[in-house]
Amino acid sequence: MSITPEHPAALDRRTVLRRAAAVGMLATPAIGLLGACATSGSDGDNEQVAGGTKSEKNPLGVKEDAGIEVVIFNGGYGEKYATDVHEPLYKKAFPKAEVKHQATQAVSTVLQPRFASGNPPEFVNNSGEKLMDFGALVADGQLQDLTELWDAPSVDDPSKKVRDTVVPGTIEAGSFNGKPFVLYYVSTVFGIWYSGKLFKDNGWAPAKNWDEFIALLTNIKAKGITPYGYAGANAAYYQWNVILTHAAKIGGTDVLKNIDNLEDGAWKQDAVKQAAAAWAEVGAKFSDKSFEGLKHTDVQLRQNQYKVAMYPSGDWLEGEQKKDTPAGFDYQLMPVPSLSASDKLPATALRATAGEGYFVSAKSKNPKGGLEYMRQMLSTAGAKGFTEVVKAPTVVTAGSEGFAFPPGVASSQAALKAAGQDVFNLYFDGWYKELDTEARTATNELMFGRINADAFVERIQKRADAIKKDSSVTKFKR
Amino acid sequence: MRHGKYPFVIGFLFAPVALYVTFVIWPYAQAFQISMTNWRGLSAPQWVGFDNYRRLLDDGAFWKAVQHHGVLLLALPLITIAIALFFAFLLNVGGKSSGGQRQGVWGAKFYRVVFFFPQVLAVAIIAVLFQMVYRPNESGLINGVLMKLGIEPILFLVKPNLALWSIIAVLVWQAVGFYVVLFSAGMASIPGEIYEAAEMDGATKVTLFFRVTLPLLWDTLQVAWVYLGIAAFDAFAIVAVLSVDGGGPDGATTVLAMEIYRNAFVYSKYGYASAMGVALFFLTLTFAALTLRLTKRESVEY
Repeated sequence: MSITPEHPAALDRRTVLRRAAAVGMLATPAIGLLGACATSGSDGDNEQVAGGTKSEKNPLGVKEDAGIEVVIFNGGYGEKYATDVHEPLYKKAFPKAEVKHQATQAVSTVLQPRFASGNPPEFVNNSGEKLMDFGALVADGQLQDLTELWDAPSVDDPSKKVRDTVVPGTIEAGSFNGKPFVLYYVSTVFGIWYSGKLFKDNGWAPAKNWDEFIALLTNIKAKGITPYGYAGANAAYYQWNVILTHAAKIGGTDVLKNIDNLEDGAWKQDAVKQAAAAWAEVGAKFSDKSFEGLKHTDVQLRQNQYKVAMYPSGDWLEGEQKKDTPAGFDYQLMPVPSLSASDKLPATALRATAGEGYFVSAKSKNPKGGLEYMRQMLSTAGAKGFTEVVKAPTVVTAGSEGFAFPPGVASSQAALKAAGQDVFNLYFDGWYKELDTEARTATNELMFGRINADAFVERIQKRADAIKKDSSVTKFKR
Repeated sequence: MRHGKYPFVIGFLFAPVALYVTFVIWPYAQAFQISMTNWRGLSAPQWVGFDNYRRLLDDGAFWKAVQHHGVLLLALPLITIAIALFFAFLLNVGGKSSGGQRQGVWGAKFYRVVFFFPQVLAVAIIAVLFQMVYRPNESGLINGVLMKLGIEPILFLVKPNLALWSIIAVLVWQAVGFYVVLFSAGMASIPGEIYEAAEMDGATKVTLFFRVTLPLLWDTLQVAWVYLGIAAFDAFAIVAVLSVDGGGPDGATTVLAMEIYRNAFVYSKYGYASAMGVALFFLTLTFAALTLRLTKRESVEY
């Protein structure tokens, strides 16, 4: 079938195509080498500014005319609280200093190169989906020790130290191996959220124990509403949070301490297994399989449409859903119900923490300025301003006084008060991102019925053991 | 003339080669170096030798990803080329012949443009688009219709054994248009007389396709195969945006680039991620070398 070429040009085109393919092959592995950033030029070239004179107005000894750079995560809380409240406060205290403001939705994308090149900004709001790994930052000596800040006199009352103006547990929440590095600023309460209106209209009451809870779920299901659900596509941690909160109520707060400290067999503790089994049943009988493919905003919207009755989250939920919430929806929080009478903690116990992390870069030009910025944030004016702008309570006790919170935050604050001393927190997700990922995956497997409670604890334990053995991961204890 | 050629060529090549070395070759070399360290992205890395590679050997997620690349490597080129060939044949020679010229089916020009649409869209947009298409409840494009008809919704991205195929379907949908155009160009250069002669001998359309079009298109097919094979080693954007829980459920749709991304930018394990990158580099090279070897075949001259 050989014919003499009629169009020599066509043959040329093929040769070109084949060569193009060869070039393509060489170029494509680039995708695989995403991690190939420069490791060079770490530290050394960043001259830090000298200290200023310490005075009553300037207890940290900040240099009056040294500028600071503030990077804010532009997420649920926006950036207005920084530009309108905190930055003006700093400017007022140090009129000669220049405050450079930057907002981003991808913190690590913007800042990773800055840290790698040894020129980080003074003050960072490290939050959002792309936050930088706190553990790695601490291990690397990138974060300024905040002890000096906590021991400094507060802005409003020089006879009171800053550490005495905040809610107990705030400093611990941001401590790594006992040293404070991170300021968690927003008071956060976790629980199960429902619409006060929906419950009132149907005569349902929030459940305190497991029998009540199952009865409630059954009633809601009979009404044709999905009783309970979370978003598997990207928010499985909302659910492991519920399971672990439940485990802490069953077996006491040491259950969580063991998990955080990577103790042997921590995930296989009976309390964790019982909680997992209880919630697996809820997932199998009272949820919707399609939620595994939905994002948190989808499920939250369905709750606003009265298609889902109960949804686990923190108290940022009400603010996040503000635009979609129908009038009279009335967000209410119910603590995770207790499992049985032999639970170690009462039904009112709940997980609460300080959220939204801020840090000062130790290797920045003006770390003292960063600390002072935090001190201003923690003043009554700073906290009140924040609460007024974003409608969320801060860790500053005096900041929330007299503020009329919307119903959801008011109910979570009431629940926090009712819990009294039975408030606990957990840290492993911030310390070991890999364990968080594994817990999320395992939670979806459990709640959507592909594995049972035994397999659930088994697989997370396996990952926890692997992390414990991994010498490249810095370990934390509490 | 011959003497002045090399300085001239080198003069022209210098700038692009310098750029290529700085921004492509050099980062490759660095990735090899980083993969031997436990760098976490911030301070100076520590040398750990082959530790990261040893760890790769019993990393379940890594092997799952490799396995998925195997599936992609077979399915993506096969399905895409089959569909693209079929469409290209219909568009170019599938219709009646008029005045000795083979024609495409009616409306071929219109279809050609429509098939090319997905190629114009950014990958991220396609992924977001298919989130809507695959959505597992009444607001999904497919399930909305199914549920109206009283059929249980199909959990495309959620069912572990369906999720990867849902992803592959998107990749195929996106790729077909380009290969239709590529094959069309190839078919256009096949001389009309050959078809005419074959037809005169009583060949049906099927025979025409298998005995004339396919052999004369072999070079183009080979190129398509290599391109699609390379695409099968990527698939990152679609998986990252579309899949449940980043390559889930439970790693059922994960690919190497996804694992690299997770290790580098979520766990800050740049050293380990680079080791995966190096592994991917060698996988791609091996594939390319093998394909060029295996498909080497005397092409038909005409």
